[in-house]
Amino acid sequence: MSALVEIRSLSKVYQRGRQRIEVLHHINLDVAQGEFVALMGPSGSGKTTLLNLIGGLDSPTEGTLAVAGERIDQLGQGALARWRAAHVGFVFQFYNLLPMLSAQRNVELPLLLTKLKGAERRRNASVALQLVGLADRATHKPGELSGGQQQRVAIARAIVSDPTLLVCDEPTGDLDRQSAEEVLDLLQQLNRAHGKTIVMVTHDPKAAEHAGRILHLDKGTLVESEQAAA
Amino acid sequence: MKYLHLVWAALTRRKVRTGLTLLSVVVAFVLFGLLESVNSVFTTAGQTVGAAHRLITISKMGLFNPMPVSLEAQIRAVRGVGAVSRYSFFGGTYQSPKNVIGTLFAVQRNFFDLYPEFKIAPSALRAFDATQTGAIVGAALARKYHWKVGDQIPIKSMIYPRKGGSYIWTFDLVGIYHARTPLEEQDFLFRWHYFDEARAFGKGTVGLFVEKIAHPRQASRIAAAIDALSVNSGHETKTQSDSAFAVDFLSQYVDLGLIVHAIMGAVFFTLMLLTGNTMAQAVRERTPELAVLKTLGFSNRSVLSLVLAESVLLVILGGALGLLLAAAVVHVLQGQMGAQLPMMPVGGGIWLRGIVVMALIGLAVGALPARRGMRLRIVDALSGR
Ligand SMILES: Nc1ncnc2c1ncn2[C@@H]1O[C@H](COP(=O)(O)OP(=O)(O)O)[C@@H](O)[C@H]1O
Ligand SMILES: [Mg+2]
Repeated sequence: MSALVEIRSLSKVYQRGRQRIEVLHHINLDVAQGEFVALMGPSGSGKTTLLNLIGGLDSPTEGTLAVAGERIDQLGQGALARWRAAHVGFVFQFYNLLPMLSAQRNVELPLLLTKLKGAERRRNASVALQLVGLADRATHKPGELSGGQQQRVAIARAIVSDPTLLVCDEPTGDLDRQSAEEVLDLLQQLNRAHGKTIVMVTHDPKAAEHAGRILHLDKGTLVESEQAAA
Repeated sequence: MKYLHLVWAALTRRKVRTGLTLLSVVVAFVLFGLLESVNSVFTTAGQTVGAAHRLITISKMGLFNPMPVSLEAQIRAVRGVGAVSRYSFFGGTYQSPKNVIGTLFAVQRNFFDLYPEFKIAPSALRAFDATQTGAIVGAALARKYHWKVGDQIPIKSMIYPRKGGSYIWTFDLVGIYHARTPLEEQDFLFRWHYFDEARAFGKGTVGLFVEKIAHPRQASRIAAAIDALSVNSGHETKTQSDSAFAVDFLSQYVDLGLIVHAIMGAVFFTLMLLTGNTMAQAVRERTPELAVLKTLGFSNRSVLSLVLAESVLLVILGGALGLLLAAAVVHVLQGQMGAQLPMMPVGGGIWLRGIVVMALIGLAVGALPARRGMRLRIVDALSGR
């Protein structure tokens, strides 16, 4: 069976004026359907860059990148945007919720891009909020929620359109231990009970332990570590 | 429409700033409404159904240069011309030099056939026929000076002395006519023959001829034919449609259109700088949010539309509020000053022009920030680069 994410000889070079920064060097990686992968590595090693490529936020300089059989390295900007809307859920370190919208409205955002009617959008968003345990905070704005709660709203937003893949960039990086645990438990539950494939960047070895597999990125090359004891 | 709450959220994000910008839009459009209301008086002057069927002939040398009465018979013979009427200007004052009545005319009885928009009772017309010194005035003018039928009204002419040297002409008010707007109810009309008999000089000369034509389409042909009558005669004429004449007549005092457009140009220019700055700031602040929308799969085009919608909505909200206020102001002023007020109610035409202007300004001030939002690279914006 072929992997959900198939990365072959992937390179990314940033050009800043005359300076060439090669951030990723010929990376190879397979992520199977239903896996929970943690991506670790020192700051500046290219974790975010790799995650953004997998999530279709940016395009590689070289190499191939297929998700569910689709060559996303070959998609143009518009097609990539549509692909993201259909296949990827994003979770960021700083939650990136829209501050003026209620939790419910934030979670509904991705559904605006679907054909769903208003009532269906509201229902799906409510279900997602329930899943992350925040049904009672639906009308709250991000500013009225704790960091952990905001991150759970962000997770609800990431899963509301039932994406193929969840990519999380240091989702616990801004949280206290307790909130971080809650968020990690939630991700683990999404992975195990709902079969979501997750790629998560993290600094924190404790966080990485929740994943089924840990990868290390160092100066743009990938090193697989021992199976995590999750 | 399902994105409206996003646009609204963006606008209400900084309430004070949005409020102040909105206020400046409101003020600009109050001004727009008021100036357009004044301007409408000029641009819609003479634009009645009746006016399309009328031509006006005046001396080529200008409105106050007389033409010989004898021209009338020749004009009547021009093909396509129906009734012809003549009248003369007779500027005057009532009681005090301050009470200038600029709309005093010596007219013939068939004046009312040529101006069907002036409604007059048949009995009043009969009295006009029967009274040598009879006069008919517009209802608004009569209200202003509290004139009633039967009153004797002394008018001091600014131009014409009577035989014997007196400038005071006394008229007997025999009727009051009504029209659509107070502005059209300002005329003071009396008998041309009485005027011609009694005046000390200028006998046999006329200020204007009015011709009725059956088909407005033929207006330019007929006008040319009338003017051809007096070519090289020493009293050459200029004939034009009543609507063109009305605009000409008003703009000899002041080119109001030009002034209005100059003022509005300056106001809208300032408004665009102000609103443009607000929008630029608003979008710069929201860069991460726009990046998030794009991350979720919003296309470049939808981000562009969201920002444009935001600026258009802002300008339309403020503009509509401004025009409503202007309409209220005109309404109140008209209640107080009546026909003296040279303003038209803020109606459909002004609203239509206003909304077009609002949309254009909204699009213009939103264009740059919207383009910026559209071009935003997600990875750079998310990492604060
Ligand atoms: N858009 C960009 N333009 C230029 N350089 C970039 C850009 N994004 C990342 N980099 C550089 O690439 C390297 C890796 O960045 P990143 O992937 O964010 O690392 P990490 O997430 O592991 O901390 C860093 O040196 C960073 O400065
Ligand atoms: Mg990073």
